[in-house]
Amino acid sequence: MKKWFAMAGLCMASVLALGGCGNSASGKNGQVIVYNWGEYLDPETITMFEEETGIRVVYDEFETNEIMYPKVEAGATSYDVICPSDYMIQKMIANDMLAELNFDHLPHAKANIGQQYWEQSREFDPENKYSVPYCWGTVGILYNKTMVEEPIDSWSVLWDEAYKDNILMQDSVRDAFMVGLKLNGYSMNSTDAAQLEIAKNALIQQKPLVQAYVIDQVRDKMIGNEAAIGVIYSGEAIYTQRENPDLEYVIPKEGTNVWIDSWVITKDAPNKENAEAFINFMCRPDIALMNFEYITYSTPNDAARELIEDEDIRYSEIAFPDLKQYANLETFQYLGPEADEMYNELWKEVKSE
Amino acid sequence: MIRTTVKKIYMALIFIFLYAPIGTLIVLSFNASRTRAKWGGFTLKWYTALLENREIMQALWNTLLIALLSSLTAVVIGTVACIAIQGMSRQKRAIFMGITNIPMLNADIVTGISLMLLFISLGLKFGLGTILLAHITFNIPYVILSVMPRIKQLNPSIYEAALDLGATPLRAFFQVVLPDLLPGILSGFLMAFTMSLDDFIITHFTKGAGVDTLSTKIYTEVKKGIKPEMYALSTLIFVTVLILLMLVNRTPEEKRIPDK
Repeated sequence: MKKWFAMAGLCMASVLALGGCGNSASGKNGQVIVYNWGEYLDPETITMFEEETGIRVVYDEFETNEIMYPKVEAGATSYDVICPSDYMIQKMIANDMLAELNFDHLPHAKANIGQQYWEQSREFDPENKYSVPYCWGTVGILYNKTMVEEPIDSWSVLWDEAYKDNILMQDSVRDAFMVGLKLNGYSMNSTDAAQLEIAKNALIQQKPLVQAYVIDQVRDKMIGNEAAIGVIYSGEAIYTQRENPDLEYVIPKEGTNVWIDSWVITKDAPNKENAEAFINFMCRPDIALMNFEYITYSTPNDAARELIEDEDIRYSEIAFPDLKQYANLETFQYLGPEADEMYNELWKEVKSE
Repeated sequence: MIRTTVKKIYMALIFIFLYAPIGTLIVLSFNASRTRAKWGGFTLKWYTALLENREIMQALWNTLLIALLSSLTAVVIGTVACIAIQGMSRQKRAIFMGITNIPMLNADIVTGISLMLLFISLGLKFGLGTILLAHITFNIPYVILSVMPRIKQLNPSIYEAALDLGATPLRAFFQVVLPDLLPGILSGFLMAFTMSLDDFIITHFTKGAGVDTLSTKIYTEVKKGIKPEMYALSTLIFVTVLILLMLVNRTPEEKRIPDK
């Protein structure tokens, strides 16, 4: 009998205690709440930041832009720093959710981030006021040299009958339509119904040749020689090449998607100065290098790139292509709910055909 | 003869479908290569990496703590609720059972979002506490569901007899009623514990920054691919559950024989 009382009491006490505490402990200079992609930062850099600045980092992770957005919008947690992708930053700017950055507090960002990345960012942040590029990459074709005879340089190879059942496509609306639109010379941010119709028909025509529509599995399938050609993000290309030297990555001549994930600060950030200190720290060359080596996605930090010891990677055309050499590179833009609806409808038609 | 072989093949197929995925996962947890496409040799390095990974171990600890506390609390509240519901008139009882059943049928995402909105409007600080409150909330109906049938089987005369023999109501409850309810309470506890371990959606909406359970932690790894450490952890959990189940299934047999 006493045992039960004690147990019930214990439960209640611990519930109360837990409800009360949460994350109250903060560093001597306060805290900063960071919301980043999963596995998108070397945990060691956070420890270093805390030691050097005395600011405690509360670190939280999200899995997609679409999952991050409602959580930030609901405001259950007041995040300070977030790392969304290009089109999502545009949407957050449009909805007045971001704060303008004070670049006087971000000397490392000004000094180290390459000019071409600021220019590319203007597609979603026209005056470079809200965002600091953190990771970037391209979308291209990964192919297996032992299975493909001729050199590949165009999206049209994905429509080549010779590779029937050997092609892997990305299973997401915008990525798939990007290929269909670019193949026909249109903008991947097109909202023109006639152009989208042509892209849709191209994708339907391609469907019998496609082995599978996948996202993550492109990586493993290409390493395992299960397909000859796949549409893939450049960040994964370096890793797959390391595992299977027969693989080659190419940016098609019709142009492609250049994606950028950037640091932003929320409008109502409770710790704005700490947030700027955090972003500035992440732009320091040695820290950016640590993060690059941890996640292997291309860094826009030119000073960090100079520090990469492996010359094959420092001058790698996959990790650091010179954007000026390619035509028609674009970045995804937020097209608004109506266009989103249109894309989704057309994609459904492709998938159900 | 043919019938039995067909039966056996059918059984074998079912077991293959059920356990092939888990088998693959266990094999991959010993794969030295990070990718599933290549066998890089046998290794235990993911297991050591797992033990050294502070974030995963923290998430595991959070998961177990929340599962244990939420199911214990839900058991206490649920059992008390059952006794009260049993004492109600037939009509009232039907209404209350209906109310407790709705959260179970409700989609998790609705429960999750509405709890989040409630916590926001109450001004609670999101963290372990809010996850715990949410888990207690969705666990209570499961406890009621498994304790209620035991209560209905109770013979009210036994409780009254205890009172006649001079026991205080409280003592009569703990010494006479509770032992009879224990099997129901135990299964309610186990069910609540599993539901809490499993939950992703409600946790996702009610968790604060920097607090992760295993399910939310694993999900954040989607963009970069799930790390082999997670295979190792899943293998360990599977083996633990397997051993527990074998123990649980063995004990009743041994006890029952001297009973009868």
